[in-house]
Amino acid sequence: MADIRTRLGDWTLDNPIIPASGTFGFGQEFAKLYDINILGSFSFKGTTKEPRFGNPTPRIAECTAGMINSVGLANPGIDKVIAGELPKLRGIFKKPVIANISGFSIDEYKYCCERIDKEDGIGIIEVNISCPNVHAGGMAFGTSPEAAAEVTRAVKSVTHKPVYMKLSPNVASIVDIAKACEAAGADGIALINTLLGMKIDIKRRKPVVANKMGGFSGPAIFPVAVRMVYQVYEAVKIPIIGMGGVASAEDVIEMMMAGASAVEVGAMNLTEPGICPKIIGELPGLCDSLGIENITDIIGAAHC
Amino acid sequence: MNGVINDMEQIFTLTKNTPIAKDVYRAVLRGDTSRITVPGQFVNVKLDGFFLRRPISVCDWTIPFMGDEGELTLIYKVVGKGTDAMSRLKEGAELSVLTGLGHGFDVSASGKRPLLVGGGVGTPPMYGLAKKLVRAGISVDVILGFNTAEDVFLADEFEALNDLYEFGCEGFEGKKPEVRVYLTTVSGETGTKGFVTDCVPKIGECTHYYACGPIPMLKALKAKMAETFPDAEGELSLEERMGCGFGACVGCSVETASGFKKVCTDGPVFPAAEVFCE
Repeated sequence: MADIRTRLGDWTLDNPIIPASGTFGFGQEFAKLYDINILGSFSFKGTTKEPRFGNPTPRIAECTAGMINSVGLANPGIDKVIAGELPKLRGIFKKPVIANISGFSIDEYKYCCERIDKEDGIGIIEVNISCPNVHAGGMAFGTSPEAAAEVTRAVKSVTHKPVYMKLSPNVASIVDIAKACEAAGADGIALINTLLGMKIDIKRRKPVVANKMGGFSGPAIFPVAVRMVYQVYEAVKIPIIGMGGVASAEDVIEMMMAGASAVEVGAMNLTEPGICPKIIGELPGLCDSLGIENITDIIGAAHC
Repeated sequence: MNGVINDMEQIFTLTKNTPIAKDVYRAVLRGDTSRITVPGQFVNVKLDGFFLRRPISVCDWTIPFMGDEGELTLIYKVVGKGTDAMSRLKEGAELSVLTGLGHGFDVSASGKRPLLVGGGVGTPPMYGLAKKLVRAGISVDVILGFNTAEDVFLADEFEALNDLYEFGCEGFEGKKPEVRVYLTTVSGETGTKGFVTDCVPKIGECTHYYACGPIPMLKALKAKMAETFPDAEGELSLEERMGCGFGACVGCSVETASGFKKVCTDGPVFPAAEVFCE
């Protein structure tokens, strides 16, 4: 049987499968369905300094082979996450978890990462820079190399944990953003976040979600994600976590061949809650059939 | 796939799928219903070619018994492409269903003679609730609201619950439970002309009510009940667009008197005092 262990820096994961932030809560819902310790890790719900209700409802819309969400970072806030969710999480998940942190100002990112830095059982801090900067006219941090680098430096100054910057695909050059994050000290890159999308109800003549726009995810975005992972792999030396529309063991192999060291599974968790155990179960056999002995051998294999 | 995940996901076989009113269908499915424990819960149905599942409230169900599979009755309205595709499914079709989702109605809180209110496609879960109450020997008042005569469904089935007692309600003696149905239509073609709230004053007394229907109806009902029966406590079943139906995506949040709640797992049934408080 193929060895499907992989590495993110110094951290060895039993397999490359990681449920993505925002599709897995803090693990509790899925722990009722299967033993979540079979996962490589998981990335918990995007956490901000203050508790957030998020955007007004409705905030979910269906699209062809995907969905739009405008949940808007609904979360209990960093203090309640540390005091309430993390202790419960440690009761059900025995591996290091990925802490997904969001912010609307540099100070907020710093505050949250400083708090998380003191916690045990955090494998990586995954920093979501797709949020609007309230001090810069609402422009997302992730849309300019300078702002992305500024967040990276700020976060790195308050934590010794590995910092992976999670990039927005809604940019002119994903490569420039990734390079800026690497130069600013990022330990890794995670991509892609959702694509900005819209769904219009043709009977009501209005967007379906109250926020009008939202993040488009699901199998429809997979080729975009593979392309961006491929491009970023050529431009940086730090490890990449690939994500975006992953729905099968074949998709995982493809994403790793594009350059990902590990792979997050997002929207599919919502519609097929058993998707991650299914992929983990199929991966060794698929590797065998493709002549892959160690899954790490294929990272970036599509580059020649 | 099956065997990896727990019993939340089950494969059901469609045994009936028939129109019962304008754009409204009754689907009967056979499969493991054991996760459905109280009326007011819902299931989330996977349809080929559609990314998100369709959350549909449980109308009625039987539990698996002596090796027999359970039976699940869903009543749904065709409102878009997904439900249209569902209405075209033939007997024998196999469907992946996330079952036993959400917190339903509290049957034990009913009091002597509860009021059940169903509006439009919010009516189906009230049927399962009425059946449960009648089985427990409790008489119920039922107000049903529809737009026009061709939209009406289940009214006869509620009436027929008056005969349920004859077929062996287990174990209670004394008076046969009564089901009194008040039908309203906005058009006035059948039943009382008007809205469900117009029938509330016809009810003799009420200490507990249950309702499911459009949000404007639930809000109006809550206000009408507060005015007519100030001491009555209510339970309202809410609807919201959902991504997953089991608490993971936080798409269906609602603001309540005790903070943010998820319609899918904290609800869909909430105490009336907790919602629409603005």
